Amino acid sequence: MNLTLKIWRQKNANDKGKLVEYPISDISPDMSFLEMLDVLNEGLINKGDEPVEFDHDCREGICGMCSLYINGEAHGPDRGVTTCQLHMRMFKDGDTIVIEPFRATAFPVIKDLVVDRSAFDRIQHAGGFISVNTSGNTIDANAIPVNKHDADTAFDSATCIGCGACVASCKNSSAMLFVGAKVSQFALLPQGKIEATDRVLNMVKQMDEEGFGNCTNTGACEVECPKGISLENIARMNREYLKASLKG
Amino acid sequence: MALDSKIPKGPLKDKWTNHKNSINLVNPANKRLIDVIVVGTGLAGGSAAATLAELGYNVKAFCFQDSARRAHSIAAQGGINAAKNYQGDGDSTYRLFYDTVKGGDYRSREANVYRLAEVSANIIDQCVAQGVPFAREYGGLLDNRSFGGVLVSRTFYAAGQTGQQLLLGAYSALNRQIGRGKVKMYSRHEMLDVVVVDGKARGIIARNLVTGEIERHSAHAVVLGTGGYGNVFFLSTNAMGSNVTAAWKAHKRGAYFANPCYTQIHPTCIPVSGDHQSKLTLMSESLRNDGRIWVPKHKKDVEAIRAGKLKPTQLEEADRDYYLERRYPAFGNLVPRDVASRAAKERCDAGYGVNATGEAVYLDFASAFMRYGKEQAHVKGLDENDEALVKKLGQEVVKNKYGNLFQMYEKIVDQNPYESPMMIYPAVHYTMGGIWVDYNLQTTVPGLYAIGEANFSDHGANRLGASALMQGLADGYFVLPYTIGDYLADDIRTGPIPTNSAAFDEAEKSVRDNIEHLIINNGTHSVDHFHKRLGKIMWNKCGMARNAEDLKSAIVEIAELRKEFWKDVRVPGTNEEFNEELAKALRVADFLELGELFAKDALLREESAGGHFREEYQTEEGEAQRRKEFQYVSAWEYKGEPKDALLHKEDLVFENIEVKERSYK
Repeated sequence: MNLTLKIWRQKNANDKGKLVEYPISDISPDMSFLEMLDVLNEGLINKGDEPVEFDHDCREGICGMCSLYINGEAHGPDRGVTTCQLHMRMFKDGDTIVIEPFRATAFPVIKDLVVDRSAFDRIQHAGGFISVNTSGNTIDANAIPVNKHDADTAFDSATCIGCGACVASCKNSSAMLFVGAKVSQFALLPQGKIEATDRVLNMVKQMDEEGFGNCTNTGACEVECPKGISLENIARMNREYLKASLKG
Repeated sequence: MALDSKIPKGPLKDKWTNHKNSINLVNPANKRLIDVIVVGTGLAGGSAAATLAELGYNVKAFCFQDSARRAHSIAAQGGINAAKNYQGDGDSTYRLFYDTVKGGDYRSREANVYRLAEVSANIIDQCVAQGVPFAREYGGLLDNRSFGGVLVSRTFYAAGQTGQQLLLGAYSALNRQIGRGKVKMYSRHEMLDVVVVDGKARGIIARNLVTGEIERHSAHAVVLGTGGYGNVFFLSTNAMGSNVTAAWKAHKRGAYFANPCYTQIHPTCIPVSGDHQSKLTLMSESLRNDGRIWVPKHKKDVEAIRAGKLKPTQLEEADRDYYLERRYPAFGNLVPRDVASRAAKERCDAGYGVNATGEAVYLDFASAFMRYGKEQAHVKGLDENDEALVKKLGQEVVKNKYGNLFQMYEKIVDQNPYESPMMIYPAVHYTMGGIWVDYNLQTTVPGLYAIGEANFSDHGANRLGASALMQGLADGYFVLPYTIGDYLADDIRTGPIPTNSAAFDEAEKSVRDNIEHLIINNGTHSVDHFHKRLGKIMWNKCGMARNAEDLKSAIVEIAELRKEFWKDVRVPGTNEEFNEELAKALRVADFLELGELFAKDALLREESAGGHFREEYQTEEGEAQRRKEFQYVSAWEYKGEPKDALLHKEDLVFENIEVKERSYK
């Protein structure tokens, strides 16, 4: 395949940045999108140019490190996959592909396509955990039975990979799908109930402080989420938040 | 230096308890005066950092990823073993210990493995308390499944994303400590050297990957939980950033490197499809619970399949060779990873591989669809003889169990695995070699510890599935936090460690010199160019099967490649910015040294055991042939060039388990 790439180049957070055009040829449809970028970078290095920086690590769709806004969609045109699992067979010979970083005030650009998503970590520091001592001196695991449906639903929420596609897809740059998923996981489990009030209040407070926008129920986040995290998580978080606010 | 494994005396089952009762403790008020550096935030590093902070130490945690949550433990799929015996199928601490030692082909340390089995049950309790959503039965209790190499159901799982859920559990424990201010987290930081002051590990040199700044960090002890070095093969199931740098730099500072040639080859990976590939993708071994592995019996069918004239589904049962069921009737498709991997290679080498490159076998779920479907039809009172209906019902059951894996396969291979059997082939997955540690997980450098995949201790020549997660969490939550106290008890009056000493100066200078050389080197080839060439040598000559001649030439070739790398590599950009090529170059430089030691270790080990197979040492049936005289750990001391490394041997003594021929027939 022969393609034209238009890639966002930005030297650092203070640089203005611009789209730069790169023709690329001999791309196999079996390559992943990131392997295609590897080929581009190999060519740039051989020419003495600087390669395009992008975040990636496991390349199995699970670590959440890869990002990329491809032709106006987080993780590109395929559904239910991260960029590393997007394959070039999704494109046609001769296509022009626009590649940009995830854009959100809370995700400042580090360089080229690499953004800083540490705001997500700070939300987790504020309450994304169950306060249990890590000594192992806890009760037997089977002494906490969990209804299978609840366990499965909690698991569905827990599969969020924290990639930030929800934020990038949202016109308000809202992080509510991400935060909702974590709040939901613990809200659904008996272990998480005791500190539910503090958890949701603290996490939401931190989310707001990080500069994420609000949810206006557009639903783009759910559509673009590579792990199929549902809007139900946001609804559950809102219920938890309301409950907590009334208590507080 | 003589190797002292410090295995406690006394009966096996009491060793850990007695040891815990006799080692020194640090008073809680004094823990506040002690700093610990933890490098790596995977299952081992993340859980260790959280627990050390929980105990009261001041912890600095480092990872090269943008968040601790991205450590490669997150990609582990299948599950975690624990001797809970919830299923009442006869499991016990002893049996888990026995299976693990046997699965490791009697090349792991007895006392360590027993302790691992002993604390395994506790891990599950801990994780459940943290809110890890393990799979449940309808009654609300935890579900289990079975894994390769064992006859009981002891594996706890969360669909095909167990590693993810366990890591997020450890990450949440870590977050709690970061929130409390007890852990200072340094993400996008790479450790580039260990600083040894007066013979003790007292800090690290780290590079801020965003700014390029070289930083000095001091502590009373340093813990490495930096994972394995499978990426020495370039193509492996490891994450792209997984590297050996921290471990290798520790080795160069005096930590012995043990069993570098022990690699686990995982049997159920998506086959290599072409030269463009950057990594290999594993699919959980749990698939072998329900999938049957086969190749055609006749060469003519192989040719027809490769030519696209015959579909695997059209081949009659009688024309298929279910070679694992044929060769190993007792364990069948559930033989351990090394046995399954070698058997696949044997069939493909004999010309029965089913994809274009001849390096793939089938993993077929057709009979599982029917078996589960019949059961479902019966439960629901539907027609059990309606084949289409039964197949559909069965597919739903399989989808519930392995849906994400099937989806992943389809995305990568562009074939629907519900309609046509998957194609799989072995790939490099996990490394059982690593930094040598004693029973306390301390390396040969006092104050320097290694945990999880970064150390060598628990799994030996080959490991059974679902035991790496167990080791990572056991080390991090339950072992290291105790044993490190024994060492730190002497440091309560030391006070903060200054970073302006000669040792810090020297370590920083050596890091800066390396970086400068790479940046100003006006070479002609990219880092990947060299990494790929190293990978080819490693896979062809130090891979699933090895022989003396190939290994000797590999040692020479790697040394030459290393020279060429330093002369001819091109690293664009500067140090004072985000520069992934520079980060990669520093990692590949270390792989190029480790690779040579790897080959040297493999050459010396004139036996076959588990994951390492020396062609010269096999039985008439092609099984691995262990040799008694190699019942030791090889621990290498750094002496300059890898070829000059000095061998130390730790004899492996088995007092509680009879070393037997390993049979799965």
